[in-house]
Amino acid sequence: MKQDGIVRVLIKRSKLAKLTTALAVLTITVSPFSHAEKLGYPEKEELTFGFIKLTDMAPIAIAYENGYFEDEGLYVTIESQANWKVLLDGVIDGRLDGAHMLAGQPIAATMGFGTKAHIITPFSMDLNGNGITVSNEIWQQMKPHIPKMADGRPVHPIKADALKPVLEKYKADGKPFNMGMVFPVSTHNYELRYWLAAGGIHPGYYAPHKGDTSGKIDAEAFLSVTPPPQMPATLEAGTIYGYCVGEPWNQQAVTKGIGVPVITDYEIWKNNPEKVFGITAEFAEKYPNTTIRLTRAMIRAAKWLDENDNANRPAAVKILAQSNYVGADYDVIANSMTGTFEYEKGDKREVPDFNVFFRYNATYPYYSDAIWYLTQMRRWGQIAEDKPDSWYRDMAKNVYRPDIYTKAAQSLIAEGLMKAEEFPDFASEDGYKGLQDDFIDGVVFDGKKPNAYINQFPIGLKQGDVL
Amino acid sequence: MNSTSSTAAQSQPPSRLANHFQTIFNSLVNTVAIPLTGISVFLMIWAAGAQSIDTSLGAFPGPAAVYQQFGKLYLEHNAERAKADAFYQRQEQRNNQRLDVDPDYTVKVRSYTGKETFADQIATSLVTVISGFLLAAFIAIPLGIAVGLSKTLNAAINPIVQIFKPVSPLAWLPLVTMVVSAVYVSPDPLLAKSFLTSMITVTLCCLWPMVINTSVGVAAIDSDLVNVSRVLRLSALTHVQKIVLPAAMPMIFTGMRLSLGIAWMVLIAAEMLAQSPGLGKFVWDEFQNGSSSSLSRIMAAVIVIGFIGFLLDRGMLQIQRLASWDKNSAAR
Repeated sequence: MKQDGIVRVLIKRSKLAKLTTALAVLTITVSPFSHAEKLGYPEKEELTFGFIKLTDMAPIAIAYENGYFEDEGLYVTIESQANWKVLLDGVIDGRLDGAHMLAGQPIAATMGFGTKAHIITPFSMDLNGNGITVSNEIWQQMKPHIPKMADGRPVHPIKADALKPVLEKYKADGKPFNMGMVFPVSTHNYELRYWLAAGGIHPGYYAPHKGDTSGKIDAEAFLSVTPPPQMPATLEAGTIYGYCVGEPWNQQAVTKGIGVPVITDYEIWKNNPEKVFGITAEFAEKYPNTTIRLTRAMIRAAKWLDENDNANRPAAVKILAQSNYVGADYDVIANSMTGTFEYEKGDKREVPDFNVFFRYNATYPYYSDAIWYLTQMRRWGQIAEDKPDSWYRDMAKNVYRPDIYTKAAQSLIAEGLMKAEEFPDFASEDGYKGLQDDFIDGVVFDGKKPNAYINQFPIGLKQGDVL
Repeated sequence: MNSTSSTAAQSQPPSRLANHFQTIFNSLVNTVAIPLTGISVFLMIWAAGAQSIDTSLGAFPGPAAVYQQFGKLYLEHNAERAKADAFYQRQEQRNNQRLDVDPDYTVKVRSYTGKETFADQIATSLVTVISGFLLAAFIAIPLGIAVGLSKTLNAAINPIVQIFKPVSPLAWLPLVTMVVSAVYVSPDPLLAKSFLTSMITVTLCCLWPMVINTSVGVAAIDSDLVNVSRVLRLSALTHVQKIVLPAAMPMIFTGMRLSLGIAWMVLIAAEMLAQSPGLGKFVWDEFQNGSSSSLSRIMAAVIVIGFIGFLLDRGMLQIQRLASWDKNSAAR
């Protein structure tokens, strides 16, 4: 058994199985364990899940470490991936059975923006958790434009209005103002664009029908892709002046003294949906029990993460700090995971909902969340033509699968592992969150009227606009 | 280095004995003292230099920090093994429980799903490099012999070899990845795809030096030997067995040593890029982690990679000595 490591790589299924069967039969112990199994055994038991080194992969790590996957009879191997593209390709070509994904990824893949494949999501992994960081140099220039509190600290949330004069100066000097985000269809891209546009800075359009997928048409700030763990290094090298990324990479900029986070996404859009768990539609069809079971394990993990007012967070941070998960230093991860966020060095503020894994029905895959992403894809030209409201609805239904979630949740309730009041009322839930008005620019989002929503923005494509 | 044994020395006259001690002393100085001095000077320069380089992940690790990391890696390895044992126990229990309710269930023992330790990664890399190398040797040596024997074949294959030889593994990797995932489809694969991808990349890169060296060795056989074979009217197979192989052996081994060195370098790069398990992934993961101990862990890996590369080369040399009739050629 000492050589497991190699054996695992070389031979996925042990040839000793038959021998051990015999042994297992011999050593049967009569156990009192017997519960009425309504949900069948998983069709596929050995699974490989991918993730990117970000704290919001926590539900996967916790489901593994707390044995929730094993409780479902699932034997899961968790592998970190180099970047979002590699991760998505892994899920599509079957190297990975499922993965921690950007909410935009399953939507874009199903739609065919980038690699086309039908990816679905039965489980939404978290709310919030991102931040926008600028380099020290930019921060010093922004500071005079930010109002101050009585104690001299800047007033938050900081709007992009404070960045505008800095950007104008760079523009006048003929220097392109480059910023980093993690993926063209990432939450971070849309959040950074939202923040910039709310402050009157044009982040640029995409025009996939003309073969332009760089997203820099008409741009004042030039956004490009950098893998999350490399953000601080790229900022330090001066290639970009700021970035939008998930934790711990904003806090790391503070710790390393190379940048200052100016705003968290919680302040851009309160309780915005963040990562999802993505699997192929084919997988869900072929292995329905496995799909429900992995969803159950992650629901339990999410609940554990938020239980008793984040009481388990320090334990979670300890797990995430292991080199095979996020691997950053404990203190760096703890900064945001335990409900505080450090802006400038020493300016630590309470943001109890910076990472939400379970509260506010965070794990339920709402159609309206998918529709918000679709509206932003349309706003910035990733969806080149006009689409009727019904198209948005159908696309959301194609990708977000609350039906699977509901089955998983109901079986957890039936087994007494969870309580019904911890979930939305499944009988009346229609998958739309209703009117949401917690945006930094005060624009109200109604998931049922996507076209009317995008028409409200001063910057961005509107109904009828084609580049 | 081949000093006479001490029993022989006792029978020598005293003056020669002193002389003998002098040679032993000299060889000791040469083989032990000088390298040791070299290493300690290097360590001192490293330690002094490391302090003055301040990265965003803290000071560059000096020898002491790296040494500590080796200890930590060992402890982590032990902790992971304990977790693995617990995993198998839980699994056995779970399987038994299921058998109680579901007697038709065929019990299956799954390998541990936890993280690979540093030692596991080393083992994985070694297995991958050796498999890739053996596969390459299996193809390259017969091909090289054929090319060496036939001028026509040589003219046909030489341009291809020359073009593919300088190709970097990083260029092959995306192609290999896509081909493996397209061609190697099986619901329950015996070999992991990531393993195949790294192995094939290694094979592609270390194939060429072996082909070239083998063919050159075979083509350069002394014409007297070939004539002897003609006179004796040896069959083609016997000709290869008795004349070609022994004569070309030194060159074949030179090619193999070159290839093994390339294979090891290629593998680390391939693992890093493809994120397939092994030392390369370990290095990349640590770089991505960006924790305060990341740099010293990477440095520990660098030392291990170098040391293994050295051992592989020495091992190959030893095999060459055993296999070759021309003992002097091995010293090259």
